[in-house]
Amino acid sequence: MDVVKAVLEKHQKELDKYKPITVEKHLECRIDVGTLLITDPNDLEDRQIAKNKEEYLAELTRDNTQLLVNAIWELPTERVDESIVAKLPEPTTVLPRLRKPPGVRPMTKWEKFAKEKGITKKKKDKKTYDDVLDKWVPTYGFKHAEAEKDKEWVLEVPQNADPNTDMFQKKMDLRNEKVAKNEIQRMKNIVRAKKVEMPRSGYLGPEAASSNQLLTAVTVAKASTASVGKFQNKLPKEKEARGLGVKELIPGGKRKASHISAQPEREANLELIKSVLNKKPKLNVDKAISLQKQDERLEREAEAGNKPAKKKGKGSRKAVGKKPKGHQGQRAPGKKGQAGRKRR
Amino acid sequence: MSLLRIRKPKTRKGKKVLLAREPQLIESARSMLFVDGRKCSGNVKLCMRDLQQLKKPLVKILHRKNDITPFDDPSSLEFLTMKNDTALFTFGSTSKKRPDNILIGRIFENEVLDMFELGIKRYQSIAEFKNDKIGACVKPCLVFNGPKWAQTEELRRLRSMFIDMFQREKVESIRLQGVEHVLSFTVTNDMSVLMRSYKILLKKSGQKTPRIELEEIGPSADFSVRRTKIASEDLYKLARKQPKQLRVTKKKNISTDPLGNTKGRVHMGKQQTGSIQTRRVKALRKTPEEKRENRQKKKVALKAAALEALAASE
Repeated sequence: MDVVKAVLEKHQKELDKYKPITVEKHLECRIDVGTLLITDPNDLEDRQIAKNKEEYLAELTRDNTQLLVNAIWELPTERVDESIVAKLPEPTTVLPRLRKPPGVRPMTKWEKFAKEKGITKKKKDKKTYDDVLDKWVPTYGFKHAEAEKDKEWVLEVPQNADPNTDMFQKKMDLRNEKVAKNEIQRMKNIVRAKKVEMPRSGYLGPEAASSNQLLTAVTVAKASTASVGKFQNKLPKEKEARGLGVKELIPGGKRKASHISAQPEREANLELIKSVLNKKPKLNVDKAISLQKQDERLEREAEAGNKPAKKKGKGSRKAVGKKPKGHQGQRAPGKKGQAGRKRR
Repeated sequence: MSLLRIRKPKTRKGKKVLLAREPQLIESARSMLFVDGRKCSGNVKLCMRDLQQLKKPLVKILHRKNDITPFDDPSSLEFLTMKNDTALFTFGSTSKKRPDNILIGRIFENEVLDMFELGIKRYQSIAEFKNDKIGACVKPCLVFNGPKWAQTEELRRLRSMFIDMFQREKVESIRLQGVEHVLSFTVTNDMSVLMRSYKILLKKSGQKTPRIELEEIGPSADFSVRRTKIASEDLYKLARKQPKQLRVTKKKNISTDPLGNTKGRVHMGKQQTGSIQTRRVKALRKTPEEKRENRQKKKVALKAAALEALAASE
């Protein structure tokens, strides 16, 4: 027993040589080792702060840091490149993010449609065999355009077209148009994905709006009253907007009936056929009487010896030639003695 | 059309920049933008320079003066942070009304989330302390002293802001010798925030864990909290929402016993003993007598039930 006692005493003496690593705290500190963070909720000593602030702060911080270091040194360690590394746990303090977490990428219109219809993408070969050129040609990308040029070095002008049309230019234009359309569709997809409210119609600014768009905007605005534009004044020579999709924009206008209805297709078709086949000609009494009268008159005339009696009176007068119109004559400026319009 | 402004990036670098601005599952370390105000001199300048040194290389420094008043209109500051892709900002200015003013804040979804205006009451820069400094890019320990930090919502947010500002990157492991810097923030009863920075000296303690001694290396500052703008509770909650993929879900019905063996508990559902195929033994079969008796019993029971029903109906 003496030996044990002696060893313990010796160890204690050795420890006494060093300063302690334990810290006494009234309230327990909250430690987040993952972020190397310690929060000390204990009250501060105001008198100490007033007297010697710096020393007090340094001492307080030292104690708290000692607690944190004690926690760090207890973590599992490993040796990496001749240095000892402690594995930190997940931080418990949750800090705000810079942006919202990413959601699922919304489908484009085509992707949605393809999914509904079950259309899957078919993979094309990188190169296809061209019969005309008699060689393998890239389907897209590098050297595809070159091959296309080689293949279509001459283009036929169709019979009904103007012989001077540049078919190459026409082809290029068609392609450019497709590219532009694709670009607009891409942007529409972006707008849809971002859920931005875009005006279906409206004033888009003097640079952007075309005359057609302006006209549509005017028509839509006029119809956007409680009385669907019934009492709006019209300017002289004002036109109504026409074209694809304009009617849908005008409030109160007739919309196209949806081709999909609750009725089953077969039934709907049968009904349609029935309505066509069972149609009875409408009897127009007035028309029938007038036709009858005409027939009778013709008969009478024939009886009178092929000489229809000449009508007399005001009603028989008939206009001969054109009525001259004003403001259409040709002036000859510079010639003297010719005043006014040319008279016919 | 406004549609046409969404352009495709023309270069690979441009594409990278745009991709970096999109929401990410794991966000990169939060960098800080340093903006000078109309007037920015003296202690503010010194403080900004020291903060930059502490935050390097996660900084973006703008050197021109900016005529911005963030508390009136933060839009231009938001624009600057958006362009530089930074999550935090520091805006230094000095005026007659608010001398030595430093403004720290953070951004969520290209808008200011929190903003704190700190007035510098006393400042000692890093250069004023003539002693050994620490290495660059050291992850500091953060110490928050005083009970006030948890008492008001504003101070809680300010603490979160300081953590955000100085914690640098989230790391999985740390070199034990690399624990050499500590930043201490103390909030006193008169609501001033004292920031101190110390170097950690690891001394022998006769045990595995070392004894800590501190040596002040600067910066040392006394701040007073002036104006603040903190996000509403809802927005703050939304900003702290972690993506589903990163959330750790607890696995149910798995436990480890003291020996370290993993044990799982399996739900079996109700067993239908009647229909389970078991071994049939001749000895357990019913004899003809037993069967007859059973039938007899059933008959008696049925008759009794019928009589009872009749009596009830009458």
